[in-house]
Order: sequence, then C-alpha cells, then structure tokens
Amino acid sequence: MLATVRLHNPRPEDRAGVHGPIEIELPSFLGMHDVMTNTDAAVSLKGVGKSFGAVRAVDGVDLDIRPGEFFSMLGPSGSGKTTVLRLIAGFDEPSEGRVLLSGQDVTRLAPFDRDVNTVFQDYALFPHLSVRQNVEYGLRVKRVPKAERRERAERALATVRLEGLADRRPAALSGGQRQRVALARALVNRPSVLLLDEPLGALDLKLRLEMQLELKQIQREARITFVFVTHDQDEALTMSDRIAVFNAGRIEQVGTPAEVYERPATPFVAGFVGTANLLAGDAAAAVLGTAGRHAVRPERIRLLAPDDPVAPDEVAAPGRIADIVYAGAQTRFLVDLEAGGRFTAVRHSRDEEREFGSGSGVVLAWRRTHTIALNDD
Amino acid sequence: MHRSPVRRLAGALHRRPGLRLSALLSAPMAWLVLAYLGSLGVLLMSAFWTTNDFTSQVEYVWNTDNFASVISDPVYRTVALRTLGIAVGVTVVDAGLALPMAFYMARVARPGSRRLLLVAVTAPLWAGYLVKAYAWWVMLSHGGVLDWLGGTPGFGVPAVVITLSYLWLPYMVLPLYAAFAALPDSLLTASADLGARPWRTFRSVILPLAKPALLAGSIFTFSLSLGDYLTVQIVGGTTQMLGNVIASDVTLNLPMAAAVSCVPVLLIVGYLLAVRRTGALENL
Repeated sequence: MLATVRLHNPRPEDRAGVHGPIEIELPSFLGMHDVMTNTDAAVSLKGVGKSFGAVRAVDGVDLDIRPGEFFSMLGPSGSGKTTVLRLIAGFDEPSEGRVLLSGQDVTRLAPFDRDVNTVFQDYALFPHLSVRQNVEYGLRVKRVPKAERRERAERALATVRLEGLADRRPAALSGGQRQRVALARALVNRPSVLLLDEPLGALDLKLRLEMQLELKQIQREARITFVFVTHDQDEALTMSDRIAVFNAGRIEQVGTPAEVYERPATPFVAGFVGTANLLAGDAAAAVLGTAGRHAVRPERIRLLAPDDPVAPDEVAAPGRIADIVYAGAQTRFLVDLEAGGRFTAVRHSRDEEREFGSGSGVVLAWRRTHTIALNDD
Repeated sequence: MHRSPVRRLAGALHRRPGLRLSALLSAPMAWLVLAYLGSLGVLLMSAFWTTNDFTSQVEYVWNTDNFASVISDPVYRTVALRTLGIAVGVTVVDAGLALPMAFYMARVARPGSRRLLLVAVTAPLWAGYLVKAYAWWVMLSHGGVLDWLGGTPGFGVPAVVITLSYLWLPYMVLPLYAAFAALPDSLLTASADLGARPWRTFRSVILPLAKPALLAGSIFTFSLSLGDYLTVQIVGGTTQMLGNVIASDVTLNLPMAAAVSCVPVLLIVGYLLAVRRTGALENL
C-alpha cells in the first residue's frame, strides 16, 4: 500500500522549478506518523531540560516551531531562552529530553551536523578574514565550488545591503555593518532554521528599529524559519509570528503577539510583555466584584474627573493622582486607588482634554472586557 | 602661595611634554645606543681589522679578508648551514610540541590544572642552563634513560636539536598560551555552527589567529638556537655550530670571530624581515 504525502518545501531557490507542494509516494511501512512530524515542526523540543551543576537553566520545555515562522523567545536575562537556542544549535546537550529538527532527532548531533545557522550576539566574525571570506566560510567548509560560492556570497551581501564592503576586514566596519555580515554569513548557507541570539542588542535605538523591519522582510523573502531570542518585548511584538515567553527556565505562554499582549496567561507575562496594572485579592473584589488575579493595560484606562459619567459596560475605580510623568507623545499618570494599589494610566498628549494636577481626585474607568483574568502562578 | 621644588618641577614638566618624554627615555635610550648598538658597532668594526699570525695581536689595518674567508671557506659554509638547519629544526619541533600543549592548557584544562601546567612549563626556566644540558647528556648517553627506553640517538646533531628544543620550549609555549587564552569562545562556536569539524576549525580559525604568537615564539627559538654554543659542546659530540667557531676564534683571532658572528646576526635580521613581511609583527 502506498501513502501520498504532500511535502512543503520552504526554500525559495527550489521553488523556482517546482510550483506547489511536491508529492512523494512512500511505502506505508515508513509509518504515516513519522512523516507527519516531518512536515509539522521545523524545530520541536520534547521535555527538554538543562542543568549547569546545581543551576536549572531550562526546566521541562515543550515547544513546536512551525516551518517558515518568525518565532521569538522572549524573557528576562537568565530565563533560559539563550540556553534553549544553544540546545537547538547543538552548542550544549540537553540534560534530558529530545531536540528534533524537521522531525529528525538531533539531540546527540554536533553543531556542524545540524542544518541550522546562528547569528551570535557578539557577531563572532572571524577577524582575520575579509567580509567576503567570512560570508563564504560555511560554503568553503562544505566544499561548494568557487564560482557558486562567489555568487551566493554576493547575493547574501546584497540581501543585507553590504555589496561594496566585501573586501574589508570586520574591524573596519561599524556595529550595524558587522551585524549584517553576521546575518549574511548565516543566511548564505540557506539553513532550514536560522537562530538569532539577541542580534540587535548592541545597536543603538534608531538602527535597531531599522534592522527590525529589515530582518522581518528578509525572513519573509527567504522563507526561512527564524528563532529569535530577545529580552526586548517591543522587538518580539513587532517582528514575531509567535512568541514564547520564558521565565525561570520555563515557558509561561506561547502565542501570537496579540494573544500574548491581550490575553496574558500569567501575571509574569502580563508584567513582562507591556505594562500591566495588577488587581488581586480585596482590591479586585472591591473594584471588579470578584477575587482572583486580574490585569488591565494602561492604554485601556480612561482618566475621568470624579463627576464624569461612566458607561454601563465600564468598571470604575476612584483614586488620587500620585505623580504625572510627561513622556513626549504620551503622558503617564500614576494613580493610587482607593481600593488599594497603584495603577498606571496613559493618555496621548492632546490639547483638548482637561488637565489633571498631581494630587487631584480622579476615576479610572475601563471596559469590563478589557479586564484580563490571569492564571495563578 | 608656597610650592615645593618638586611640585614646581612637576608643573614645569607638565607644560613641556617633549622635555618630559626625553627625561623619561634618556636612560634606556643611552643604554640602547651606547651599550647595545655601540657594542654591535664595535663588533662590526673589528671584523674589518686583522690579526698578526705570530703574536695574535689585533692590528688595526682595514681590510675585508675575514669576510672573504667566511664566504669562501667551505668549513664556515658547512657550519653556517648546519647551524641554520639546527635552528630551523628546533623551531619546528618546538612549534609541533607547543601548539597542542598550549591549546590544551588554555582551552581544555580546568583552571586548577591549568595553573599547575603553567608552573610545570615555566619551572625549568628557573633551573640552570648547564644543569639542564647535562641532564640531557645523562639521558642521551649510552646506558642512559633513552637507551634503556629503546634507543638513544647518541651525541650529535639530533641530540643537539632535542636538547635545544627542550631548553627553548617555554618561549614557544607561553606566547601561544596567551594567544589561545585570548581567543573568544564564540569564534570556535561560530565555526562549528557553519559546519566546520574541529580539525577544520583548528586550521581555518585557531591557527591563523595564533600565527602572530607562533612567529613571536619562533623568533625566540630560532635566534636562541643560532647563538647557542654550550649545548652543542655538551651533547653535540664533535658537531660544531657557529657559536663554537666564534668561541674558539675569540682568543686567537678576534677580528675573524667578529666576522663569523655577523653570519647569525644576518640570519636573524633576514628572519625578522621575513616575519615582518607576513604582517604578523603588527598584530603582536
């Protein structure tokens, strides 16, 4: 008996000749289940843990990253996200669990035998090689003929807009340019998965915002699975298809940026991704009428004078302004609630709205649907 | 306001950076010019003098006979080539031994054993030169340790290469150790990430980055071997190196000794120029 499997090939250069999915007939003894895992996840972690001595860096992580996805691993430093990246790349071996790349178990495979490439946080460019030689390194190791090597390196350098600098040494480049070389050096190998370890961390803000958009565009065009490690929630929200939020070696939540931001599963996620006002215990009971942990985003809150009307679908919480922080495009109001606790409300800096002074009494109002119920830790 | 003379002097020097620099450098510069380059100059000058064959007295007659005989006399040429061969051999042996040793010490060994190994490598430097040379004489002699282990090369050129390699090994290990220790981990990780197996990483990343240190170490092993004349007397059997020729000429024919000693000086200058061409010295 034969089973027909539709394979999706994410590599653009191979798509030139073949339109649509490739159909391959497989004998049934291979087992449909194995084949399905092949097409399911570019990267799959199954119960992965990693201990360094007594330190538990990664604790029981299960994760499936889809082919062609821009996947971010977000968390504070020490949350285990970089360790997970190193486990995928093969720089470290997990203490327990399995790592699969396109369904193939690579847990015990050395980095040079895995079809992944990494953009390192410090770029790790070879200082004794020119930009071109750096980019060609992986191809040279794999004995790609010289002409093809040249051509692919040229194209990779063009992708990151560094055509003119091929003969320079890394030392003669700026930080942003080095970052691009590191990206080209990884992309030129056409890995099935590209791992990026806080690649924008060393760039200044303006350059970082530029590179965010550019990276996203490169990823869309190259159709390579990106696994992007960052501690910057803005970066993760801007660029990702999905985000895994890490805390203390565990994944707190996996979801799209909107899911993670609008429906954070835990207080940690609510606090780490964006700003959240937390309501719990007596304060929650007083304001919302129910106990348990809840969160409200600052930009959902309307700032009202005590005698202003509150809509019927809104929750109202009276308080007193403790501090006003002017931040250019918006102004942050820190409000001490009568029910207890301090809330942050944000207002765009506009003329027509009435001014509030520090110490004046206000009412915070937001729609009931904007109250986020959190799981307990 | 009263200021002490020292403060006034300091103030004056602060305002004249040129004066400050010359005050700082005058003593070492005097040493370099007078004692070091001066004696080299006298050496070069005396090579153009001659010796009275009967009295062995130096006669200050300018001529180039000494250089002519250094170049034309086959004995000098043989000795010079042998010395060069020994110096190259010692350098190659030391590089071959020091590369894995230094790599292990810098990147594989745990911090505790790393310190121990560093002490082990440097400790022989504290022992006397003659003690170590005679230790090798004992080991190389018939009935010695090497003989008992399976065979000794006997006293001759191989014994000289072995002994000199032992003597100068630390000068090769230490710069290589420093270079390997300074190598960022991420470069090795990146190489593996790009598909390179360990041997490939060693050839394409580690070795090129360690090249300046390798050349620095080779300058030590090469020039120290070129100038050596004691080891060859102890373990060389009848072998002669340039140093022996110079040493035996010094008492009888000083101008001739001076002319011969120009040969290793020229060899070392030539080697330094060759090293400089590689650009490695700029990275030191």
